[in-house]
Amino acid sequence: MRRRSFLVVLLGLAFGARADPLLDPITKGAPVRQGRVKLEMPLLADNGNSVAMKVSVESPMTEADHVRAIHLVSERNPEARMASFHLGPRAGAAEIISRVRLAGSQRVVALAEMSDGSFWMGSASVVVTLSACVDEMLS
Amino acid sequence: MAARIQLPGRARRGEVIRVGILIQHPMETGYRLEVDGRKVPKNVIRSFACRYNGVEVFRAEMSPGIAANPFLQFHTVALDSGELEFSWVDDAGASGSAREAITVG
Repeated sequence: MRRRSFLVVLLGLAFGARADPLLDPITKGAPVRQGRVKLEMPLLADNGNSVAMKVSVESPMTEADHVRAIHLVSERNPEARMASFHLGPRAGAAEIISRVRLAGSQRVVALAEMSDGSFWMGSASVVVTLSACVDEMLS
Repeated sequence: MAARIQLPGRARRGEVIRVGILIQHPMETGYRLEVDGRKVPKNVIRSFACRYNGVEVFRAEMSPGIAANPFLQFHTVALDSGELEFSWVDDAGASGSAREAITVG
């Protein structure tokens, strides 16, 4: 019995099915592949209160094959899920620009949910000289 | 809540157009303190939607992770002449809306 559970764990590791506490609430444990998603953010931000962000996903955006949603996930912000953008074939292009808040230097992940149910991700690392939520750090 | 919209007034049928909106809103994180030490309650625009002639083409759920005076730029396919309607609601229950006409042909 013990040997069987050991095998299950081993198989899980081999197929990269490790739990990711940041992405699991969105993916419900579904596998996430690297690629197709490009997240563009500055390498260095003087101020975490407003950091430019552009995310684009490679997709034909047709009825049969489109991006259903793009989620922005932060490693360090008090609220990990920064935003979720819901699109569809009517969007024509899966590209979104906005400005985000960052509570310190971190890696930001953009997770794309496709119409076939698959998940793809891209990330960007930003060094923040002066973070947002400074009050929180002091109190 | 005032908003500024970027939308081409005229487009060809089937063209992918860029839609931008800037909404005036503090997007309070809930961590900022008043001078007397009280916390400023959290108040952010939670949901935003864009409808094109009544059909939803874009929706966003936001958090304090989006900067104050949120700016959003997305795309949509110009199908027919008509109107794009933007609507949003914040944690305090205040809602706002804006609309902009588009001519397709």
